[in-house]
Amino acid sequence: MKPKPFAITLDPGSSLANHTGSWRTVRPEYVDRLPPCNHACPAGENVQGWLFHAEAGDYEQAWRVLTRDNPLPAVMGRVCYHPCESSCNRGQLDQSVGINAIERYLGDEALRRGWKFQPPERQSGKRVLVIGAGPSGLSAAYHLAMRGHAVTIREAGPVAGGMMRFGIPKYRLPREVLDAEVQRIVDLGVTLELNSKVDDVLAARREGGFDAVFLAVGAHIAKRAYIPAGSAAKMLDAVSVLRGMETGEQPLLGRRVVVYGGGNTALDVARTAKRLGAEESIIVYRRTREKMPAHESELEEALQEGVLVKWLSTIKQAGESSITVEKMALDAKGNPQPTGQFETLEADSVVLALGQDVDLSLLDGVPGLEVADGVVKVDDSMMTGHPGIFAGGDMVKGERTVTVGIGHGKLAARNVDAWLRGEQWVHPPQHELATFDKLNTWYYTDAPKSKQPILDTIRRQSTFDEVVGGYDETTAQFEARRCLSCGNCFECDNCYGVCPDNAVIKLGPGKRYEFNLDYCKGCGICVSECPCGAIRTVAEEI
Amino acid sequence: MTHQPIRFYQTGTFTVGNRLLAQEQRSVQAQAGRTNSLNSGHRACQGCGEALGARYAIDAAMDATNRQLVAANATGCLEVFSTPYPETSWQIPWIHSLFGNAAAVATGIAAAMRVKGRENVRVVAQGGDGGTTDIGFGCLSGMFERNDDVLYICYDNEAYMNTGVQRSSATPPAARTNTTMPVGSSTGARFGQGKNLPRIAMAHEIPYVATATVAELRDLEAKVRRAMEFRGARYIHILVPCPLGWGHGSAETIRMARLAKETGIFPVFEAEHGEVTNVSKIRRPLPVEEYLRPQTRFAHLFKPPGHPEIIARLQQLADRNIRRYGLLDTEAAS
Repeated sequence: MKPKPFAITLDPGSSLANHTGSWRTVRPEYVDRLPPCNHACPAGENVQGWLFHAEAGDYEQAWRVLTRDNPLPAVMGRVCYHPCESSCNRGQLDQSVGINAIERYLGDEALRRGWKFQPPERQSGKRVLVIGAGPSGLSAAYHLAMRGHAVTIREAGPVAGGMMRFGIPKYRLPREVLDAEVQRIVDLGVTLELNSKVDDVLAARREGGFDAVFLAVGAHIAKRAYIPAGSAAKMLDAVSVLRGMETGEQPLLGRRVVVYGGGNTALDVARTAKRLGAEESIIVYRRTREKMPAHESELEEALQEGVLVKWLSTIKQAGESSITVEKMALDAKGNPQPTGQFETLEADSVVLALGQDVDLSLLDGVPGLEVADGVVKVDDSMMTGHPGIFAGGDMVKGERTVTVGIGHGKLAARNVDAWLRGEQWVHPPQHELATFDKLNTWYYTDAPKSKQPILDTIRRQSTFDEVVGGYDETTAQFEARRCLSCGNCFECDNCYGVCPDNAVIKLGPGKRYEFNLDYCKGCGICVSECPCGAIRTVAEEI
Repeated sequence: MTHQPIRFYQTGTFTVGNRLLAQEQRSVQAQAGRTNSLNSGHRACQGCGEALGARYAIDAAMDATNRQLVAANATGCLEVFSTPYPETSWQIPWIHSLFGNAAAVATGIAAAMRVKGRENVRVVAQGGDGGTTDIGFGCLSGMFERNDDVLYICYDNEAYMNTGVQRSSATPPAARTNTTMPVGSSTGARFGQGKNLPRIAMAHEIPYVATATVAELRDLEAKVRRAMEFRGARYIHILVPCPLGWGHGSAETIRMARLAKETGIFPVFEAEHGEVTNVSKIRRPLPVEEYLRPQTRFAHLFKPPGHPEIIARLQQLADRNIRRYGLLDTEAAS
């Protein structure tokens, strides 16, 4: 041993011998919180999860994470009303992240590059019949096929897509996009039988030897309203007008078209009429703009294209070339009441867009299956009262959107899968919500939302070209990087850097971090400086 | 500009690291193999700003000098909590000087290195505000005046914290310390006293002077790197909040430093040869109250009936900093 200097009796040692972790009364803990976008998505997408890969430019991985939940991203990126963006925490900072447009970019990129789903390695040997090839049926078919079940879709119509084809005009959803995404599901080995309407569910199940059935026939029967009309009056309904656009029986609407209703379908018809050459396309709606069920952005686009809206009005009477409209006033409860004031509008045709009912005829005589308020009753597992028959989409209770339909399909598929194995699917416990107050927003770069290109108004009034354009690669990546990654570690190294005690261990790319509790004093700096709220404080048991 | 902020990468360079940046664009602190010059097991309080600032600065200096570094350390918190006999937290050649002579000891080390022909070995002297602005001031001024080849780093927590929070010449006006208690007509430390050491250092016209805080790591690292590009006397003054002496939560250390900068109370700038060359702009301007209120050392200003006139005077000091250094960017702040 070296001789020690004067007055020194001990060998030098490292402070590592001093385990300062014993000072601690609280400890930090890494958590994953539920981002509000994921929470709000009716299709249950892991939005933050796929944005994480898009941020790094790994679009294929982003698409693969996305399609674990939703097999139709290119469709979704065009027609979804993106509740994810309405709930996005970044909205409280500047503007929400353009999730929908990034989803569209990923969907389009997948089609460009020909990315395919990875079929399951093993088949279950079970057979499932899906009735209806709309969003819900396609989604269920995809999720069931990915779980190894043999799926047959029976579609009454001549093409797949359901309301995505017969309800949404092609200026919002180009058909080649829809066709390509449907084809990718079929390529998984799903049997798609077109023009084969099922009239008797039980017989179809029995004859086909199907172990389970998922019903998703949608709601295609237009609701009627009683309007006194002269014999010459041209009255149509929105469903047949939009369907006619697809089947080649282009409806003759005339120069002046009146659309009756206030939902998205009414706007779709009014915008379609404009494109078919109508000089005037007028929506008659009995309430106010604030009360209109249609989506604000769609209304905005319709108004830009020259569609007119008569607010607070009902149609009293329809004649050969004109209609009589009564002015309404909102009462104290916000309900429209007639005022007795009338007005005449020139109209060559009137299109009713008052909602749709479900065709329930195929369900006659199914024991146990219940119908209430015109829709099929299902339990939490999406199963009807008849064992093995599940239902979803527009034919069950819920908001009638493509995204909800896709979500129903996924949920039903999980339950069908469990049911086929004699089990019960249980929703995994949800993480605590990553609310805005959990974030430290100081760390995020200021960046306004990217805009999507919009087609010229002139072309929007005369053609069925797609109105809203997509992001290019740079914009998509920029926009993805606006994501705050709420509640989920994105490896910014802040905890690793800000710890005064070096008590955070960096585990390497993709592996996140770990606390070294031998030295962590529990100061909590890592918790308050974590940008995304992925660390929480828990009390030590002392 | 020393540190060019990188924008549009989610968190840009605001966070310590960023997985989206290229390796060479990342901070020293983000590296898994950083020196950890001040190692775990030190006895600093929970949430110590000085322990954090020292590791940031010395790790950056180690990185900038290819790990050829010697440090002299004045007496003070940093010395006491890092080296209780016979342990040390330092993973670099490190020597404890007296309270007042860290600058002189460092000068000696630099001279020795020169004589031995090892001028690649760089020398850092470090101390708290007491050892720098009060007790070691004479030696420091001498080091500046002779332009000795030393980087002096002052970790400023604005009082003698180690001995129980007594006022130093870096204690801000109106702050309560154990020697400036707000009693009777007194409202804490007096206005018009104290030293502004970064400006005194600039008056020596030494090659490089900079201020920094523990809230802006990338800026701090860039300044240490820049300082190591010069030979001669250099001075970096780092604001390091002290949960104990300032009376804020241990988790609030970085937030306090950020607020000091964002309110204009603590101007962050750099100067070469006596002239300001760069300032760190305020990103989200705030009134000084936001900074004062969370600290119990200023609590007497807010207790009823309150001292709005004192707060107004502190605001004036912040406003003067903003004016003097041009801290507000009238164009888009980011």
